[in-house]
Amino acid sequence: MLVSPENLVYTKTPLMTDKPLSYCPGCGHGTVHRMIMEVVDEMGIQADTIGIAPVGCSVLAYEFMNIDMQQAAHGRAPALATGIKRCWPDKYVFTYQGDGDLAAIGTAETIHACNRGENIAIFFVNNGIYGMTGGQMAPTTLPGMRSSTTPYGRDVALMGNPLKITELVAMLPGTFYVSRHSVHTPLNVRKFKRAARMAFENQKLNKGVSFIEIVSNCNSGWKMSPVDANKWMEDNMFPFYPLGDIKVNGEMVSKPTKAE
Amino acid sequence: MGEKKLMKGNEAFAEAAIRSGCDAYFGYPITPQSEVMEYLAAQQPHLRTGMVLLQAESEVAAINMVYGAAGTGKKVMTSSSSPGISLKQEGISYLVGSELPCLILNVVRGGPGLGTIQPSQADYFQSTKGGGHGDYRMIVLAPASVQEMSDFVKLGFDLAFKYRNPVLMLSDGIIGQMMEQVELFEQMPRATEFDQTWATTGKTPDRERNIITSVNLDPAVQERHNHKLQAKYQKMQQEEVRYESFDCEDADYLLIAYGCSARICQKSVKLARAKGIKAGLLRPITLFPFPTVEIKRLAGKVKGMMAVELSAGQMVEDVRLAVDGRVQVAFYGRMGGMVHSPEEVVDALIKHFSIG
Ligand SMILES: Cc1ncc(C[n+]2csc(CCOP(=O)(O)OP(=O)(O)O)c2C)c(N)n1
Ligand code: SF4
Repeated sequence: MLVSPENLVYTKTPLMTDKPLSYCPGCGHGTVHRMIMEVVDEMGIQADTIGIAPVGCSVLAYEFMNIDMQQAAHGRAPALATGIKRCWPDKYVFTYQGDGDLAAIGTAETIHACNRGENIAIFFVNNGIYGMTGGQMAPTTLPGMRSSTTPYGRDVALMGNPLKITELVAMLPGTFYVSRHSVHTPLNVRKFKRAARMAFENQKLNKGVSFIEIVSNCNSGWKMSPVDANKWMEDNMFPFYPLGDIKVNGEMVSKPTKAE
Repeated sequence: MGEKKLMKGNEAFAEAAIRSGCDAYFGYPITPQSEVMEYLAAQQPHLRTGMVLLQAESEVAAINMVYGAAGTGKKVMTSSSSPGISLKQEGISYLVGSELPCLILNVVRGGPGLGTIQPSQADYFQSTKGGGHGDYRMIVLAPASVQEMSDFVKLGFDLAFKYRNPVLMLSDGIIGQMMEQVELFEQMPRATEFDQTWATTGKTPDRERNIITSVNLDPAVQERHNHKLQAKYQKMQQEEVRYESFDCEDADYLLIAYGCSARICQKSVKLARAKGIKAGLLRPITLFPFPTVEIKRLAGKVKGMMAVELSAGQMVEDVRLAVDGRVQVAFYGRMGGMVHSPEEVVDALIKHFSIG
């Protein structure tokens, strides 16, 4: 052993495979994956957990997460999760989705799974853009934000408004826990991990959907360095998508906490 | 002897679903098959067998619930009618690509577009040639009676699990809506207990993780996967062809029809024979795999064939491929929800082949 146990300060959870991540350097997807897997590991529920990968940059999430997984059609992960959870009511089921997947093509499945109160967790990575297909406008793209299909910036008069789907699902009776996070600093990573733990613990209560948005970067799509992308995210994304709890234990939190 | 009941085709299908030990049904209402979910709801299958019943927000959601649930290794199904089946096509392609078993019922209505709620057989191409994207096939069972609406549920699930591929029951508004006596099979245990080694059951230390996916970014791997799927379809063609013959052996003229049209043509055969025309009927029960070999054999014996469908002529193309020019193949059919009478079929036969 290269490191003696008493000197070990960090080790990769065995619930992440050894496969090199397919994400761009600096992308938030890998951190979100790892935190979810650390939670599954710490709770000792690998044998009872089924994950769903979306269509998007994280389409191959099942290559990296060392659990049983199923890959969904674009936007349909909440429908798959519904089918799986209804068949395995005692297992932990979660979806992992991007903003195009969850808030554009999959809006109906998102809203109805949340409204029915499926006893699942939804992890929603909002990077304001379609990463995988090369940086097109997403429903979450900010007003004025450039993308490959809004090269002069999103003109809301022509292209419509960004959708705050997280606030929307918080209004539905079937959501039990709704919270918005980021993973760009160690503090935020720790907060997200606590929220992810809550999302899994909640499934024991049978009280409905736990919905966690992670506001993240897409430095490739935004055409920025990772550091600049994180700075841009803090300055532009967080004011529009404020971090913090929106609904806890089925009750709306009156004021979302300010961006950190 | 099983319990006998007078039932609608759709109801017999739903009752058979519960009795087959099905674990879950996901659907969305559409005429002429809404009785399936209504019957299931009235039966409270969660109390009878523990079967899950869920009305989805759309056919797209329903087929993707089926896709998720099928990944758990359980017996799952959905039903719909033509426009709804069109919406399910992407999901069906994923089910095939990921090699998952399930049962799908299409109670076909007239199209295109919203069309009509009256019976039709115009979804033959969609059902037998793929339907969704990519090279794929499904076993397509065509019930021609309320009895078969029940029996094919059991058969369909067996075939779906044998090949790990969706099975489609291609019915129509007549077979779904009409009432006949049906002998129901005994309640079977739910599949819940048998363990599928490939399913998403939760990774345990003694095995690698189970992944249900249809993605292969490496084209060489994807081509190998396609070859594997094609081998399954070839095996289906060797082992699963099913058909029924009426008065074929001495026939001069052969009608070829499936589903409700075959029921009508049975009468046409009698009417023709009463007129001194030696007619016979071949009824494909599986539309894929198609009874190509039998039709080819009969092509050497008859003076002419006529495909009779509630469509502009779809199955007739498979008949012509089977016959390969050996004998003339005519077509007769009505469209848009209109249904031919047995007499119309005989008249068409006489006219096409200038008999008498
Ligand atoms: C039915 C369908 N439509 C479109 C696509 C193409 N497509 C693949 S990924 C993607 C967008 C993904 O964006 P997002 O969900 O934001 O995830 P990200 O890649 O940014 O993580 C699209 C449109 C597809 N695969 N399937
Ligand atoms: S394109 Fe964007 S979302 Fe995709 S891996 Fe790269 S940085 Fe991440």
